[in-house]
Amino acid sequence: MAFAYFPHTEDDVRQMLDRIGVGSLEDLYSDVPGDVIYREEYDLQDAMSEHEVRQYFEELAEQNTSLFCLCGLGAYDHYSPAVIPHIISRSEFLTAYTPYQPEVSQGTLRYIFEYQSMITELTGMDCTNASMYDGATAAAEAMMMAMASTKKKTRVLLSEGLLPQVVNVVKTYAKFNGVELGFIPCVDGATSYGAMLTEVAKGDVAGVLVPGINKYGIIEDFTGFADAVHAQKGLFMVYSDPSSLAVIKTPGDWGADVVCGDSQSLGIPLCYGGPYVGFLACKKDHVRKLPGRIVGATKDVDGKRAYVLTLQAREQHIRREKATSNICSNQSLMALYVTVYMSLMGPSGLRQVNELSYGGAHYLHDRLLETGLFEKAFDKPFLKEFTLKALVPAQQIQDALQMIGVFGAVEVEEGLVNFCVTEKVSKENIDAVVGYLNEMKS
Amino acid sequence: MKYYDKLIFDLSKAGRQGYSLPSRTWDATLADLPAGLTRSEAPALPQVSELDVVRHYTNLSQMNFGVDSGFYPLGSCTMKYNPKINEEIAAMPAFAGIHPLQPSETVQGVLRVYKELAHALSSITGMAEFTLNPFAGAHGELTGLMIIRQYHLSRGDVKRTRVIVPDSAHGTNPASAAVCGLEIVQVKSKENGLVDVEDLKPLLDDTIAGIMMTNPNTLGLFEKDIKEIAALVHECGGLLYYDGANMNPLIGMVRPGDMGFDVLHLNLHKSFSTPHGGGGPGAGPVGVAAHLVPYLPVPKVVEDEDGLLSVVDADGQACGQISGFMGNFGVLLRAYTYILMLGKQNVRMVGPLAVLGANYIKESLKDCYKLPIESVCKHEFVFDGLLDQSTGVTTLDIAKRLLDYGFHAPTIYFPLLFHQAIMIEPTETESKETLDGFIEIMRHIAAEAIADPESLKTAPHTTPVRRLDETTAARQPVLRFCDMQ
Repeated sequence: MAFAYFPHTEDDVRQMLDRIGVGSLEDLYSDVPGDVIYREEYDLQDAMSEHEVRQYFEELAEQNTSLFCLCGLGAYDHYSPAVIPHIISRSEFLTAYTPYQPEVSQGTLRYIFEYQSMITELTGMDCTNASMYDGATAAAEAMMMAMASTKKKTRVLLSEGLLPQVVNVVKTYAKFNGVELGFIPCVDGATSYGAMLTEVAKGDVAGVLVPGINKYGIIEDFTGFADAVHAQKGLFMVYSDPSSLAVIKTPGDWGADVVCGDSQSLGIPLCYGGPYVGFLACKKDHVRKLPGRIVGATKDVDGKRAYVLTLQAREQHIRREKATSNICSNQSLMALYVTVYMSLMGPSGLRQVNELSYGGAHYLHDRLLETGLFEKAFDKPFLKEFTLKALVPAQQIQDALQMIGVFGAVEVEEGLVNFCVTEKVSKENIDAVVGYLNEMKS
Repeated sequence: MKYYDKLIFDLSKAGRQGYSLPSRTWDATLADLPAGLTRSEAPALPQVSELDVVRHYTNLSQMNFGVDSGFYPLGSCTMKYNPKINEEIAAMPAFAGIHPLQPSETVQGVLRVYKELAHALSSITGMAEFTLNPFAGAHGELTGLMIIRQYHLSRGDVKRTRVIVPDSAHGTNPASAAVCGLEIVQVKSKENGLVDVEDLKPLLDDTIAGIMMTNPNTLGLFEKDIKEIAALVHECGGLLYYDGANMNPLIGMVRPGDMGFDVLHLNLHKSFSTPHGGGGPGAGPVGVAAHLVPYLPVPKVVEDEDGLLSVVDADGQACGQISGFMGNFGVLLRAYTYILMLGKQNVRMVGPLAVLGANYIKESLKDCYKLPIESVCKHEFVFDGLLDQSTGVTTLDIAKRLLDYGFHAPTIYFPLLFHQAIMIEPTETESKETLDGFIEIMRHIAAEAIADPESLKTAPHTTPVRRLDETTAARQPVLRFCDMQ
């Protein structure tokens, strides 16, 4: 029985069984019908030592190919400062549960409060919750918030400029939750104001969700959107990349009621898609429809500043089927991750990250056009990722890049490919990629 | 634990920075963007040095209690030890550096982890196939219910819009059902804490999509009639959903698939040792019986005849896509590490040792605390407050007093069946000495309740902060730094 995670000696087990008054461990399962006790061998490997486990995963890791990342589309290869893994590995943070006992959870509660303060600052909203699973599920929750906040409205409109994975997840939630979706097409790479107006004018729209930066990488202009949606008593909702919000106009300034998105861009490793951390923020009028944990400031009996989970009457453990959402566990430790990131970067660091990404992306954009393999797809402002029209089959370009260990030119739509540049990418990197494509062409 | 009162914003001083970024410059700059698209003023984020950040968060961590700090008997949360090797494997650059859209041929190692972990979970639970995409337990519940609805809809059985949930269920069960567009029908527990089969029978008709069961239930009691319940529900055309929050006592002994369940979720952050992280990230894989495999969500991993793995994004039969990419891969790596460490030998002992610990505490304390249902329990059990409640000492007081003695409190006031519920779950990773220490303190508190009730009603006394004013926090919410001034 000896095993590193089981502290029981045979003598311990005997003494404990004696106290309970049964003869064997199996007697503790006397309430389980005999025919459902599993007596066969499990189809698992033999127990491994730590060293063997390391070797096992090293062998698996060798079956992966590490690629230099020039791809965005919802997961961004920003630099992650060395401090962060050290902080989030502190076991008092790592091995705690949800802060149900605030007297011994002030660490967790305080960083959630800081996280809320930073996310609302970036988005221009009044409140946010302690985190969502990812951007796509946060968008689905935004859809449900819109339905809950508006009376007698049956439809939510989505821009076709939203990332495909976001649209797909919202569609799944909508199908089962009984929400009808409508779609606003993109014209010349941006959500069509005219099409939005026509749909909203029908009067049945609970909310409109648009991307701050769309799947083509274009920074959208929402002049007139909020007024049009509000005129029909719907919610104007923006899906945002929080890293970009340090420099581009905030959803709050565009008149948004709800903002959602994925904070992976705040330094979280790519890690094949997770753990990331979704966020959902809103104006204070909607806070009682906001799902998930929310932390508020208060005082203890001695008058000390302290923090606590609050407005819990919205939540599943109190409201059960009448709750605003079923969310319970969220991505708390990843909220700490981005809180530490934002603390380290501050306003100037986040601006610098965007400045470097912007400059590099525009350099790559112009150099790629010079190769003659691409032409412009749109003529609109972009930040760190952009879309080009490929003049040869897109797959051919992606495969060629892969040959030199680069991941890029991922097809967004038929013939349209994505590239993304972060502060990790140098001029030498770009020149090497472009030089190779030039060679390939000739 | 020491008290430290700063927010990171309190340390901010204009001109400080905690980052180091490349000094290169490019020709294009943000100043080129149209003014109407840019932010008017910089966000008011803190400006602090690297050491400020390190010290601040180290100080915050010291006001927190985790499994590594001490015994954490939080019922239904399975606060077992989180092995350190899990963390190292999850941080391997060859996994952490992979973009989720990389082509399948460049991520065979990643996809192999998905395939092998799914296989291991199938073996442990007796289910045919798993999706590892759900992010947490409640997300798994929702996904499982979507699969159930998709199954009925695919058969043209559109009437099945109601789901049965026992009154002892976790709050997420009815909430998940509501998000999935299902109407909730509650079934009552009998005096012995188990689902009342006679009460269930009349509820079963052709509008029932299924029943959500937690077995052992939230009282820690095994639903002995499960096979009869399964037969009745299947007979009426419904499906059985297993809430895997309480799977730990069954690991190594009983497989939900063998009890007749069609769908289940597991909380890898409970039974499979991945850390809770103060409320996530977790993972809530969903397993299904063979007839439900086509309805699992996309993206999914498939293997061809040559053993090459690939990702399928679109599948007409699937219930849909429920996650942006393929779940919390980093958490899945941790859980698979744990399973490899356990192996087929040690996996057999997880449940029995967890059950041993729970029964040991229960039998050692039932002469001081009210045990409402006398029975062998599984991984957890529920007391209904002190045996002698004449002093007015409540469950809340007991929980707060435990904090003074260096233990985390159990789950309190859940399940809702008892007014003074104290739900205790020790897990298999705690030693007899730790349990004895906890038992001694619980007995001491029961004595204090009689000798000095005031010390309990005003507890805790030694924590960084004491009882909080939760009423004001909710009535006048202050939810961000800029609202504090």
